[in-house]
Amino acid sequence: MLNVKNLSKTFLKGTPNEHTALQNLSLHLEKGDFVTVIGSNGAGKSTLFNAIAGSFLCEAGSIVLDGADITYKKEHQRAKQIGRIFQDPMKGTAPDLTVEENLALAYAKSMRNPFTSARRRKDVDFYRAQLARLDMGLEERMRTKMGQLSGGQRQAVTLLMSTIVTPKLLLLDEHTAALDPVTAQKVLEITKDIVSENQITTMMITHNIGQALHTGNRTIMLANGRIVLDLQGTERENITLPELLEMYKEKAGKVLDNDRMLLSDAE
Amino acid sequence: MEIAASALLLGLQYALLALGVYITFRVLNIPDLTVDGSFTLGAAVSAVLSVAGHPFLGLLAAILCGAAAGSVTGFLQTKAGIHPILAGILTMSGLYTVNITIMDAPNVSLIGKPRFYEAVYALLPNADKDVLKTVCVAVICAGITAALILFFKTVFGLCIRATGNNEDMVRASSINTNAAKITALSIANALVALSGGLIAQTGGFADVNAGSGMIVVGLASVIIGEVIFGRRSLTLGLLSAVVGSVLYRLIIALALETNIFSANALKLLSAVIVGITLCVPAVRKAIAEQKIRKGARKNA
Ligand SMILES: Nc1ncnc2c1ncn2[C@@H]1O[C@H](COP(=O)(O)OP(=O)(O)OP(=O)(O)O)[C@@H](O)[C@H]1O
Ligand SMILES: [Mg+2]
Repeated sequence: MLNVKNLSKTFLKGTPNEHTALQNLSLHLEKGDFVTVIGSNGAGKSTLFNAIAGSFLCEAGSIVLDGADITYKKEHQRAKQIGRIFQDPMKGTAPDLTVEENLALAYAKSMRNPFTSARRRKDVDFYRAQLARLDMGLEERMRTKMGQLSGGQRQAVTLLMSTIVTPKLLLLDEHTAALDPVTAQKVLEITKDIVSENQITTMMITHNIGQALHTGNRTIMLANGRIVLDLQGTERENITLPELLEMYKEKAGKVLDNDRMLLSDAE
Repeated sequence: MEIAASALLLGLQYALLALGVYITFRVLNIPDLTVDGSFTLGAAVSAVLSVAGHPFLGLLAAILCGAAAGSVTGFLQTKAGIHPILAGILTMSGLYTVNITIMDAPNVSLIGKPRFYEAVYALLPNADKDVLKTVCVAVICAGITAALILFFKTVFGLCIRATGNNEDMVRASSINTNAAKITALSIANALVALSGGLIAQTGGFADVNAGSGMIVVGLASVIIGEVIFGRRSLTLGLLSAVVGSVLYRLIIALALETNIFSANALKLLSAVIVGITLCVPAVRKAIAEQKIRKGARKNA
């Protein structure tokens, strides 16, 4: 589904602050893969997502999504096929627009004629049904401004927005990190449901190692812009936390440190 | 009564200016200074074509020229990456030369030349001419306001609104923010130019300085409307801009009537009105904070 080949990105090239964030990185995802991504601060996790989503162009390498070369496509063109959620709940929605209007905006990806009404009856019913699944009572608050919802509610709506037209690839960048533990768990459960139901190929950055190992079917670890660890199958199932940390130390040549990393085995 | 009638006539024409300013200032969240230039552009085009005997064509050309001016500013803001305020100033400044070239003189008189509303005079020869003129303008204004309300309810309209609200999000959601901005600026300046075009024909002249300070007039109308109706929805916002424009004209006419202010004082007066109303939120916040501090001191 996704084929990233020899991707390299250097920020501030030619200045004293030059920094290579992605080094010749290659990655292949099968359709339906749910990959969790871990790594220390500055490892290049977000940069990898930005590169795939097209926030900037990379100086080397190629990105192929479902057979189509998107290496040089514009960000908004890629967005038709790539759903994306950020850590900051403020980033994913328009605060002065209503819940309904935000969903309509996301649903617009599927519409060919931009001059159709944004509030068609059947669409509104569809949004209501979708919101009801979140079990947050939001289906009764469709006319509420997005800015008046809590962070967790907003992140849940953002999740709906990025999957309302099923994307070929879903990129989740610590999308539960800003939420309290209970809400975070809830949003994660909703994420798993939506992803498995629609068989969406997904990548999720998390700083919770337990969560990383217990969610999805594959875990990759980044260090210095490279993939240093790629776990799947029984190897992934049986690995323990100390083993993982030891492997990281071996491959990356340093201790795994992430000030937001939860080094617990529990989910 | 006469004051009210003429304020209504003027207000409905300037309402298109107010709608244009509302679209950039409130919907896109960008103060667009192209307005001063595009208002004159509309007046110039409309006047020159009326002199040539085509008043309707004049209004149509004003709309198209205004849209072109808006898209130039839009291009500068988006593709060229120039700061929105500077982009507007550049277009406005360039338009001065364009306008004076179109008019071939600093001003054009329309005395004895055909106007757009005269066609209606011919249809209803017995009706009061001033009333007919106002009705013509009101119909144009109502039609355009209705079209805008409908437009902003479409998917594309929603994209424009979202672009002004959270550009980061819109960019990550398959909408071309550049296209949204350029379109909105074109529509806004088309409205402003049409406003200038109407004013030139009903007023009987176009002047190269006609547009100076129009951004403030537009803002004042928008803000007066908001003071009365509040800021609840976009539909209400558009309607309140129209009402605000008429009220603004009424206030100006009354201020002149009292003879306290000379006509020269109007620009300062408008600027002061806009300045005061725009700082209301900050003042409210300061008062609220002051109250909390006082309360805390009392409890301590
Ligand atoms: N726009 C940019 N300009 C310059 N340097 C950047 C830019 N974006 C990222 N970097 C650098 O690239 C490196 C990787 O950053 P990235 O955001 O991908 O880290 P991360 O793995 O997501 O870390 P975290 O866990 O803290 O989110 C960092 O050293 C960062 O300073
Ligand atoms: Mg990051």
